[in-house]
Amino acid sequence: MPDVNIIRTPPASMYRDKEGMGIWPHRGKVAAVGIGHAPTARRWDERPETSVGGLSIFALRAAMADAGVTPDQVDGLVVVPDTTTGAYWPAGKQVPADFLAMYQQTDDPLDGVAKLSPEWIIKNMPELVNLKVAINAPTCMSNAVVVAAQAIGDGLAHTCLVLKGWHNYVGRYYQGGANAEPTVSGPGKFSAPWGGPACYGTAQQFQRYMYKYGKTHDEVAPFVVNSRRNGLLNPDGYWAQHRPEQLTADDYINARWVAKPANLFDNDIPIMAAGAYLFTTSERAKDMRQKPVYFMTTASDRTRARGLALTLEEVEEATASTGRKLYEGSGVKASDLDFENMYDGFGLFHIFHIEGLGYAGIKRGEALDLFKGDISIEGPNPVSPSGGNIGNGRTRFWLHSDSIQQLQGRAGARQIKKPVEIAVSGGPTPTGGNFVIWSKSPD
Amino acid sequence: MPKQSPVPDDLDRGFWEACNEERLVIQHCSACDRLQHPPLAACFECGSRAGLSWKPVSGRGTIYSYGVVHDTPVAAMQPEQPYNLAVVQLDEDPGINMYSHLPGAPIDNLPIGGRVEVLFETTGNGQKVPEWRLV
Ligand SMILES: [Zn+2]
Repeated sequence: MPDVNIIRTPPASMYRDKEGMGIWPHRGKVAAVGIGHAPTARRWDERPETSVGGLSIFALRAAMADAGVTPDQVDGLVVVPDTTTGAYWPAGKQVPADFLAMYQQTDDPLDGVAKLSPEWIIKNMPELVNLKVAINAPTCMSNAVVVAAQAIGDGLAHTCLVLKGWHNYVGRYYQGGANAEPTVSGPGKFSAPWGGPACYGTAQQFQRYMYKYGKTHDEVAPFVVNSRRNGLLNPDGYWAQHRPEQLTADDYINARWVAKPANLFDNDIPIMAAGAYLFTTSERAKDMRQKPVYFMTTASDRTRARGLALTLEEVEEATASTGRKLYEGSGVKASDLDFENMYDGFGLFHIFHIEGLGYAGIKRGEALDLFKGDISIEGPNPVSPSGGNIGNGRTRFWLHSDSIQQLQGRAGARQIKKPVEIAVSGGPTPTGGNFVIWSKSPD
Repeated sequence: MPKQSPVPDDLDRGFWEACNEERLVIQHCSACDRLQHPPLAACFECGSRAGLSWKPVSGRGTIYSYGVVHDTPVAAMQPEQPYNLAVVQLDEDPGINMYSHLPGAPIDNLPIGGRVEVLFETTGNGQKVPEWRLV
């Protein structure tokens, strides 16, 4: 194993989580070049190559090949160690022998199956001979993306792979375990007895939103239909690969409730997936196979709910602050955004994200009015051209992949018809997320 | 409602013991005169540990928002579906909120901003939990 500096927790100084920090010092100096997506599946079939570890190696190699970079040129790796969709490896169940025969294991028998450590990747990708630094970025691709950009800007690495993998197993997720017990301990005891599903928080915020602004759930339909359409134009997405079914407004409006006002299609489908990027300095990016797309700034939100339940007002403050940080750090204005790929898993909070940004000139309470117009890739104000999680399955990376591909001009059937220069993407939730302004030009 | 029973620990025993006496108390920091809920080992705002105590509150509040649960992963609540799940803000400090099933209220027909008062419901292990009803 090469002698790699492994950073378990990125220091707080890597995040731009406050207003008033000025232009990002690395603005235009870091670029995204390569993208790799592994094939998706609904659940793991227990073959080694389709494990989350196997898919991750596939995606990392694809990202290098896409950028035209050889493994020896890579000196940085940012890995999201968490890979669960909510599915857990059953206690006592043996990891399949084929998997153990195919890969080098770390001390943790579930590494590569139910989680991913940088060590597992390093052991199983011996071609990364010049790796110097590996960073754990918890939870989400958006976290890994901003950490990698900052690491390159700060000189911790010059050419960095960025990875997020996902595992999903047989069975309904989040069922069993603590949720099946008659008692509850730990911090969940103030909420679990009331039995709100994962989307409940967003549902109650959206209920308040409808009350505050006089809106209805049916008015969300054009967004969800547009997301599925865009997703079906993404050959890498779950729905395009496995269930190429267009969704109608009626399908959406008549879907079963999970926590009303959040229904089945306001929730994203959990899948097996892995996505990887290759980022580098703007200088080195010039010689690579794909056009560079430049980081103008990153921004992060660290809002904490005052009470048990995060309120709509807290969300609105957070998303507005994220917008101000992004515009301050990049020098970009809301009116410069040619499209947006803010996070959407749950679909309803996409509304809060884009109102906070003031995308397409909207103010608070106006996102659903925007959705009544043309939000397609052919129109003047594309919304979620990636299709997001809602149109592609739960990965939290389609948004960044699409922002990069659109600005590179290689989004294929999803390519936005008008010329595009500036994009925004990030997530996951409106509070606690990490965000990027991207540009076709470094200036 | 057949809720899961909370198991008190050192951090929150004061809250749950008060519930068993049918009193609602919220953790209060005397150093910055601020309520916080759920309880923490130190004040989130000023970090004080010594200033924390249990402050009785009136048990009155308003409905901030709600949802109707049709598909919960919590096994104990699945037979009750669909059920109301509201967020209640306390009169003393609307920043402090709690969940409620609003027992007795019609399903999916709750007044946002409606007035509520606390009651206490006994769960399976005998531990009482705060609940709320429309007034
Ligand atoms: Zn205090």
